[in-house]
Amino acid sequence: MDIKTFTPPSLTKEKLRFTQVFETLISLTIKAAGYSAIVFVLMIFYFLLSEGTAAIGEIPPQVLFSTRWYPVEGYFGIWPLIGGSLLVTVGATLFAVPIGISTAIFISEIAPRWLREIFKPIIEILAGLPSVVLGFIGIIALAPNLRVLLDLPTGLTALTGSILLGAIAIPTIVSVAEDALDGVPRSYRDAALAIGATRWQTIWRVTLPAARSGVLTGIMLGIGRAIGETMTVMMVTGNAPVIVRGLSSLFLPTRTMTATIAAEMGEVAKGSVHYHMLFLIGVVLFIISLIVNITASALVFRSNKRSDRILS
Amino acid sequence: MDKIRIEDFSLEYSDGNESLRHINLAIPAKTLTVLFGPAGGGKSTLLRSINRLNDLADVKKVKGRIFLDQTDVLDKKLDTITLRRRVGMVFARPVVLPFSIKRNLTYGFELAGIRDRDMIEESVERSLVQAALWEEVKDRLDEPAASLSGGQQQRLCLARSLIQQPDVILLDEPTSGLDPISTLKVENSLQDLKKDYTIVLVPHSIQQAARTADMAAFILQGELIEYGSGKDLFTRPKDERTQRYIEGRYG
Amino acid sequence: MKQSSQKRLIYQKLAFSGMTLVASLTVLIIVLVVIYITSMGAGAISFEFIFSAPRDGMRAGGIMPAIIGTFYLTIGTAILAVPLGLGAAIYLSEYAPNNQMTRIVRIAITNLSGIPSVVYGLFGLGLFVLFLGFGTSIVAASMTLAIMTLPVIISTAEEALRAVPQSFRVVSVSLGGTRWQTIRKIVLPEALPGILTGIILGLERAAGETAPIMFTGAAFFLPSLPSSPVDPTMALPYHLFVISTQVPGMPVRIQFGTALVLLVFVLGMNVIASIIRSRARARRQW
Repeated sequence: MDIKTFTPPSLTKEKLRFTQVFETLISLTIKAAGYSAIVFVLMIFYFLLSEGTAAIGEIPPQVLFSTRWYPVEGYFGIWPLIGGSLLVTVGATLFAVPIGISTAIFISEIAPRWLREIFKPIIEILAGLPSVVLGFIGIIALAPNLRVLLDLPTGLTALTGSILLGAIAIPTIVSVAEDALDGVPRSYRDAALAIGATRWQTIWRVTLPAARSGVLTGIMLGIGRAIGETMTVMMVTGNAPVIVRGLSSLFLPTRTMTATIAAEMGEVAKGSVHYHMLFLIGVVLFIISLIVNITASALVFRSNKRSDRILS
Repeated sequence: MDKIRIEDFSLEYSDGNESLRHINLAIPAKTLTVLFGPAGGGKSTLLRSINRLNDLADVKKVKGRIFLDQTDVLDKKLDTITLRRRVGMVFARPVVLPFSIKRNLTYGFELAGIRDRDMIEESVERSLVQAALWEEVKDRLDEPAASLSGGQQQRLCLARSLIQQPDVILLDEPTSGLDPISTLKVENSLQDLKKDYTIVLVPHSIQQAARTADMAAFILQGELIEYGSGKDLFTRPKDERTQRYIEGRYG
Repeated sequence: MKQSSQKRLIYQKLAFSGMTLVASLTVLIIVLVVIYITSMGAGAISFEFIFSAPRDGMRAGGIMPAIIGTFYLTIGTAILAVPLGLGAAIYLSEYAPNNQMTRIVRIAITNLSGIPSVVYGLFGLGLFVLFLGFGTSIVAASMTLAIMTLPVIISTAEEALRAVPQSFRVVSVSLGGTRWQTIRKIVLPEALPGILTGIILGLERAAGETAPIMFTGAAFFLPSLPSSPVDPTMALPYHLFVISTQVPGMPVRIQFGTALVLLVFVLGMNVIASIIRSRARARRQW
């Protein structure tokens, strides 16, 4: 080796010190960013609670749990709103789950590759449609047609809201369920096919059950989105706070918790009973979303653990 | 003179896998020492303890001491940056960084903030010559390193570990993915390099161990069974387990 | 499996055709909706529509203040959400130990992603508009949108960071790199396309949202553009809401035109994100 050897300069003490201090500062900053999520959740809950709990003191329970929502005259019955949210969400679920899961199965198991590459981005477009655009389509195109088709006095009904909320839930269900189906090991399918099952039997009895928890997670998250959706329902459900009596109420106007907040918040005075009441509804929505999301992630967590056990 | 002294070293991972127990080992300077034995015995773990790369892994317990010259490597307050610049490492699969060939080599200088152009240019050439790669890449230093063949990539990794003039080079099965010709080139480079560097090698076969070892340590399930000169150990092993392993009865 | 194979294949045929039909109809309807808005809205699009303010009680003129406003809000959201979201993603992917605290951080992020947008609106009203005294303003609305956008940015960016091979990190550290040097010089550049995709998807969502800005920064109608970040602003989604529900006798043409512009704004971001993603995939060396 005819190249002269030498020693490269080593790091000076100051430089090392600087590097170490800088490194510590950076990791603290990044840690703070990570923990900020916790701070935000707590802050949101705190602000909702601090304004919302006032309503519990201001409104007697018999009024709060009555069946009439008419804030101008002091009626703050929450049942019609909870009923409206439930009705529209149940309607959306009935509509979105079969379609979402069929579409997920089609994309993941049946469609040829090239078709999958076309279908997936189109479903994503639906996920990206702003809810006001969907609401606008509902007002302009869906509601008038439903009115004529079903011979209703108005097209702005819970059903219209359900269909559009279903459309909002579908992309979530499809993408999560499709991921879950995709994650089922090839060997499961091969084994089923090897013992003479048809492709459909394999899907129905092997792949789908194996992907169960993921599919359920998708459904939960889809429903979660539907409950929390605001603009679309506010635009197309007619916004009448009436008490819900079964699924037949689907053909009548209704009003959800989210729409109530959105429609009335602009007009209330800060610190009024009405103002506090709207925050209390926010608390209810926050808690519902908490339950839905924790359940959904617990489902994923459990399935992970089970697969770990099988594999090790 | 011993370059590395390992004294009563034990290590345990959080998941309970591949622990090491009471290792005592003195590795002389400017020799090639091999750590060999069946897979999962803790050779790589021992190797990675010398440059504290195990800090990245989920280690539960470390006991004992490892000295590099007079420095206690396991000292919590030790400056690992300087340590790792003194101890180069080559891994089983060639890991070239997603940069050009040249930047792969100069990356270590970049990290240390060293900008002396002339010195860097010279170091690039020297390290590539040492790794027997210079002739093949001297006209394409700005191409992506990923465009090299597997054997070339691994020699680039060797050059990268040499460029900062470390005292020690650790090699963890560096030829496991290579064809016989590339393997031979790497082994030849190592024979040249041991004149200037202390080399610790985890070989990928017993044959490689026997071919290359000045000193050899047989490690079985986390324990050091036998340690001695390569010549003695591969011709007249003292321990029956070493003999049976060398003869290919297990592992 | 006692059915004859004939019968089983008929079942299969029925099931497959059913699913094909459902999936195809879904996709077809989405395509039709997009075509419908495009064809109905295209007629409204003109230089005046894009570049002038509404006139005659919004029944004529253009929507420029709303376009500019949405642009401002999106930028404001990015300024706040990108550093924070990226930081959190780096924390989760590169720093977070596998312990209870990290699990709590993750649960918090999941919950943020599930909170209804109107609840963010309430929170923004309570904290930014009233408590901190920003008033109905671009700042208050951007902050609200930023917190709402965080989980999208965090989860996509984390995924992109995790996709960078662990071996790069090990090599960088073995060469004397610190954790941050490794992140800045290798992990971040390699994950950049994925991170950008995540940021754009997050901002896309923010740009299309109405409920969080209704009481925090969106104005029904403003004759002039906002002059500072503490002014309220018009915004496309809120404007579409207003002109399709609150203004009687609104010409349908303008409604569709507004919907189309919003759609192009949002889907355009989506397209940019996909282009970045596929380009990066083609260029990637690992």
